[in-house]
Amino acid sequence: MSNVMSTPAASSLTRLEYRAATMRFADRHGSALTAVRDVSFSVGDGEIVSLIGPSGCGKSTLLNIGSGLTMPSDGAALVDGERVTGPNAHVAFMLQKDLLLPWRTIAENVMFGVEIQKVPLSERRGRAQSLLKKFNLAEFAAHYPHQLSGGMRQRVALARTLAVNPHVLLLDEPFSAVDAQTRIVLQRDLARTLAEAGKTALLITHDLLEAVTLSDRVLVMSRRPGTIVEEIAIDMPRRDDPIARRADPKVNDYLARLMDRLDIAHASLERETAGDAG
Amino acid sequence: MSNSKNPRLSVLGKGASASLALLVAFLAAWQWGPGLLGVPTFIVPPLSMVAREFVYAWRVDHLLLHTGVTIAEVLAGFILGSLLGALVGYLLGMSRAAELALSPYILALQIAPKVAFAPLFILWMGFTVYPKILVAVLIVFFPVMVNVLTALHTVDPDLVNLARSFKATRAQIFWKIEFPASLPPMFAGLRIGATLAVVGVVVGELVGGNVGLGYLLSFGEGQADTPLVFVSIVMLTAVGGIAYLGVILVERRVLHYLPSRSLSGNI
Repeated sequence: MSNVMSTPAASSLTRLEYRAATMRFADRHGSALTAVRDVSFSVGDGEIVSLIGPSGCGKSTLLNIGSGLTMPSDGAALVDGERVTGPNAHVAFMLQKDLLLPWRTIAENVMFGVEIQKVPLSERRGRAQSLLKKFNLAEFAAHYPHQLSGGMRQRVALARTLAVNPHVLLLDEPFSAVDAQTRIVLQRDLARTLAEAGKTALLITHDLLEAVTLSDRVLVMSRRPGTIVEEIAIDMPRRDDPIARRADPKVNDYLARLMDRLDIAHASLERETAGDAG
Repeated sequence: MSNSKNPRLSVLGKGASASLALLVAFLAAWQWGPGLLGVPTFIVPPLSMVAREFVYAWRVDHLLLHTGVTIAEVLAGFILGSLLGALVGYLLGMSRAAELALSPYILALQIAPKVAFAPLFILWMGFTVYPKILVAVLIVFFPVMVNVLTALHTVDPDLVNLARSFKATRAQIFWKIEFPASLPPMFAGLRIGATLAVVGVVVGELVGGNVGLGYLLSFGEGQADTPLVFVSIVMLTAVGGIAYLGVILVERRVLHYLPSRSLSGNI
């Protein structure tokens, strides 16, 4: 596990792969709308890859394809070399919403996935306990979600995701709903946990700094129909510590490259005019 | 914590004492108001006269029996109606096709004033308890069914996707997500149903029969016995209140996980 950390991108085993994935929807008027077009990339074992791009470029569509919740119109997603044809026990996702069930205690929420997968009760309890302990939530095991802060709830959601012991984590803007300081702590917790467990992750984010500090590689998507226009390898040490990475002067170079590639100034102007029109 | 609780407690205390003062004022106005305003006692009998009538009705008119029959009918109608409403709500929620096929008829039946069916049911089933129960069933059915159905439609699709991503079966999605998510709206429907069940039963008893508080009501009217009418109204209110309170107590137990404010808000 530790050697995965030191050379994450060099790992030979491919955990998650998209092969020419294309997704078309019918829009309100019945005409076809291409959300993503011909997206191909792969994520190696233990690697963390971030996906950034303008809103509506189909990032979440890719996540749904990877988790087997939707089938691509063309192409395929593969997990551990096997074509994804439906929800898959090796993949777990986490969203911006914590999706905690209000009628379950925190411990029961962590056990939700393993309970569905019919893991024996004693083992479920054990996994929930150790995960809650790891995330400093042990004393809240018997609490209900509404009694916890947003940051704590999101940590519970991460524990629930890890409880099923997935090979691949699909993370869709997991921290965009929490305040900036909580986000930094959560990012550190996530980075540490993923590094320790040697998990593979695809992280969708709007936060360029988050992408740079958490990942081994950043993929930039174009606006719709979304396709991958740039791949930037993040060549910095300490992927398990995004706070240390923030202090690395290289971060600014990566951010500048991403801003440039995303055409940030132009994009924000366009969004404003779109808002006025709407 | 204790700091934020104290003002709330004092507000509660103020509210309760104001409530009590209003009750005393109302009872006093009932006792002495009609006399002061020169309203004859056969129009508005004062409180003491109604109280005397209550004792008389208890001893001579079998008030307890009438109340007991009404309670039994309300209970039977409420339980059957809400079970049926919940069941149909869940079935329609499961099947989009069934919902589309049945919704115009359900809407029509929902618009029809349910109490208007009372004479028909009495024609069918005679002067028994069954037509009264049936009116209550019909009237309780809709708020429960509609609330369950709406609850199923408003379950967050991402929650269902989360369960699906863990490879949940359809049954697991229902029992672990949809059913518990439907309980708070269902209880809102049950609260409405509890008070409506009394309305249904009373209308049934008014239309035909020789037992129950509704019968006592129309008997009092026939005898121009205004105090008896008042006694019946008070007892019916008590029956409805107890039914409503019963639902609240069960709701508190079942929905214990909700922040307490959202439960107490509607009492």
